[in-house]
Amino acid sequence: MTRDVLVIGAGIVGAAIARSLARRGVTVVVVDRGPAVGGTSGAGEGNLLVSDKGPGPELELAKYSLGLWRTWAAELRTELDARFASIEYVAKGGVVVATSAGGADALRGFAARQQRAGVEAHFLDASEARALEPELGPAVVAGVHYPQDAQVQPVIAAEAILASARRSGARVLPGTTVTGPEVDRSGRLVGVRTTKGTLRADVVIVAAGPWSGEVARTLGGTLRIGPRKGLLLVTARMGPRVRHKVYDADYVGAVQSDDRALQTSTVIESTESGTILIGSSRQDVGFDGRVEVSVLRAIASRAIGLMPFLADATVIRAYGGFRPFSPDHLPVIGPAPGVPGLWYATGHEGAGIGLAPATGELVAASLLGETTALEIDPFRADRATLSGAA
Amino acid sequence: MVTSAHVWSIDSDGVHVMVGEADGEGRESRCYRAAAVVLATGAHDRVLPVPGWDLPGVYSAGGGQALAKGEGVAIGRRVVVAGTGPFLLPVASSLLDAGCAVAGVFEAGRAGHLMRRWTVRPWELLGQPAKVLELGRYGSTLARRRVRYATGCAVTAIHGGQRVEAVTVSRLDASWAPRPGVGETLDVDAVCLGFGFSPRVELALAAGCRLDDRHFVMVDAQQRTSVPSVFAAGEITGIGGVDLALCEGTIAGHVAAGGRGDDSVLRVERRRRKVLRAFASRLQGAHAIGPKWTDWLNDDTVVCRCEEVDVARLRSVVETSESLSLRSLMLQSRAGLGSCQARICGRTVEELLLRTIPSHRLVGEGSIDRRPIASPVRLGEIAQSRAFEVEG
Ligand SMILES: Cc1cc2nc3c(=O)[nH]c(=O)nc-3n(C[C@H](O)[C@H](O)[C@H](O)COP(=O)(O)OP(=O)(O)OC[C@H]3O[C@@H](n4cnc5c(N)ncnc54)[C@H](O)[C@@H]3O)c2cc1C
Ligand SMILES: Cc1cc2nc3c(=O)[nH]c(=O)nc-3n(C[C@H](O)[C@H](O)[C@H](O)COP(=O)(O)OP(=O)(O)OC[C@H]3O[C@@H](n4cnc5c(N)ncnc54)[C@H](O)[C@@H]3O)c2cc1C
Repeated sequence: MTRDVLVIGAGIVGAAIARSLARRGVTVVVVDRGPAVGGTSGAGEGNLLVSDKGPGPELELAKYSLGLWRTWAAELRTELDARFASIEYVAKGGVVVATSAGGADALRGFAARQQRAGVEAHFLDASEARALEPELGPAVVAGVHYPQDAQVQPVIAAEAILASARRSGARVLPGTTVTGPEVDRSGRLVGVRTTKGTLRADVVIVAAGPWSGEVARTLGGTLRIGPRKGLLLVTARMGPRVRHKVYDADYVGAVQSDDRALQTSTVIESTESGTILIGSSRQDVGFDGRVEVSVLRAIASRAIGLMPFLADATVIRAYGGFRPFSPDHLPVIGPAPGVPGLWYATGHEGAGIGLAPATGELVAASLLGETTALEIDPFRADRATLSGAA
Repeated sequence: MVTSAHVWSIDSDGVHVMVGEADGEGRESRCYRAAAVVLATGAHDRVLPVPGWDLPGVYSAGGGQALAKGEGVAIGRRVVVAGTGPFLLPVASSLLDAGCAVAGVFEAGRAGHLMRRWTVRPWELLGQPAKVLELGRYGSTLARRRVRYATGCAVTAIHGGQRVEAVTVSRLDASWAPRPGVGETLDVDAVCLGFGFSPRVELALAAGCRLDDRHFVMVDAQQRTSVPSVFAAGEITGIGGVDLALCEGTIAGHVAAGGRGDDSVLRVERRRRKVLRAFASRLQGAHAIGPKWTDWLNDDTVVCRCEEVDVARLRSVVETSESLSLRSLMLQSRAGLGSCQARICGRTVEELLLRTIPSHRLVGEGSIDRRPIASPVRLGEIAQSRAFEVEG
């Protein structure tokens, strides 16, 4: 029986695990070397998507998680202090558009497979797409409407989940770096050493985002998780001109790509404060966080291609971070091979905000021996596709 | 020399510039690659929030000065100037020249403290005749025009319906806490506030330069930053006035162009830089912001004007989330996320958050000055921006 759990990483995944465990009465401590939500969860967008996922385990995880998001958003609102900032959960739906006949065919084919897997998807011709999104430019030839897509403000959402976990008894220790394992005579991991002393636990869970591989190694495990850099642009406040989340169909291609060179695919979303977020890029350049104009240029051109009015939008900020990606683009959720007492919950790449609640529930339910809502097996850490070239 | 040139990014491709009026159409995009870059982006004046400072008619001291001196515009009929630092004197003087009546200049530092700080190591002042004379000149202008100058006083509230109608001036103790009792009310229609200067370091940060713990760019004796081939001079390395900026600029330019920092042609600049820096640190000490200035804030005093975030909101995000991350707290409160990107309120937001956090510390290296887009650009301009240097 698991009584004490230590979670490494206070990003949204660690927060969700802490909440799910604490609400089941487990004693949880979350450590982070920085502040809470100072890693990738504070460096991206908050799209909660089914639209970008083809049939398979990740889509199932996403469908489950989007349902949980709806409940969690409501629970958090009633549970937390009325002064707590809004997590800005909006189930606004997404519109994916294609700009070429070939692209339109591919998109329709993809959406048809998604429909068979239970995703709500409505085909749109060019004028139907423009009826939903009047600012779409002439380049758009077809689209698909995904009503299930939603969004949150990811930083506030992660803080809210963490605050909720604390209400159920979880402790959060920021500024605490994990430096090594604490092992008993049988070789079982019984805790970790940190810069603030040793912390003991029945189970240690690595939820350290793109740094998970490094943390796993520190604790005697092997885990191939790499950083995939992404940059975004933020405009000054403008009127409400973008209603849904709008992406180009290449988004699908980029997520599942193994190409290491720069790729961009457009994601345009308006936020509650009136700004528009324009993303995003994907680049495998290690943890090099510099903002490069060449990348911004590519993001900007593509976004204007979809929505020409954006050419006049004033950009006030650029930011970005590192998506935690696994070699086969599936999250890793489950016990660490070869290190009893250690678990992994990471590798969510560009979907960790969306997939966090499901990850939390899966981990908590499996640790407590409950039946899980979903097969956890496809995400296990000893699957063959994980040991391929990272 | 390229004027109306806005550097909006520095990256590994070079220095990215938009040339033309800031909001104008058809700005020209350029990208410069150079063997050396000298950063001399200066500073802007800092304004501490005061209840009512978001009313029309409230200016930063530098803003008021620029309108008065640069454009001959009188910002009001009767104006008060308040804050700290010798800069208040030239501001008042320019206001007079532009035709404003100046109802008073209120220096928050107390006379005793200013005297002590100004007169430590008096021999250092001997190297400063120009500086001291300059301030003396402003002082005598104000005296001649019978402008009231008071130390140990601050504007602690600004009143008005549609715009500024009056201010409350309070006496302060040594820590800048307003003394108990009602302040004095002055009828004015404009206010200039100035509390020293904040360096404009976004380009230095984009270039990767290290800052000191007061957020100035660190330089060595040759004005070199921590990044090879990147130099810095002027107010971004420390607030010291125009003469110091000139010395540093001369040295930086000389070395950046391939000269040596110890060349004999720079002898005068090296000596003057030393003297002027000593003078500057004297000013810093004399006009440091008192810790209890926050006592004059109310819960509903706006801190971030772009996003209309007040004192109570900053406190509530700290209390409800227990976050120690500057970025998270800014996102939760929305302070500093508006169009000025925390240029005006950043330091203040950070300070108020730190005071509310029980441990009085933030965790993580996030800098409020990190603005990879150093000046606003349109998305279309980014899309069309030049990637490579073009000659001519
Ligand atoms: C540009 C961009 C856009 C994105 N857009 C979306 C989107 O629209 N929708 C979506 O769902 N996802 C999106 N993502 C992905 C999403 O942000 C991530 O999948 C998610 O944040 C991962 O969360 P995490 O908790 O696993 O990792 P993190 O948030 O990175 O948390 C890991 C934590 O571990 C800590 N840590 C590391 N090493 C140690 C150590 N040794 N000791 C202690 N602590 C340690 C770190 O400090 C960090 O806080 C985007 C990402 C980027 C970069
Ligand atoms: C109104 C006013 C009155 C003053 N009066 C006195 C006085 O009487 N005596 C005295 O000793 N000192 C005075 N000072 C201070 C003096 O002006 C400064 O010490 C001096 O100008 C500092 O020089 P600098 O080169 O460091 O910065 P600045 O003179 O401020 O120059 C910085 C320049 O960089 C430019 N810049 C910044 N960012 C960018 C970017 N991204 N792209 C392109 N360009 C950029 C700015 O537009 C500006 O022109 C006064 C200052 C002000 C504001």
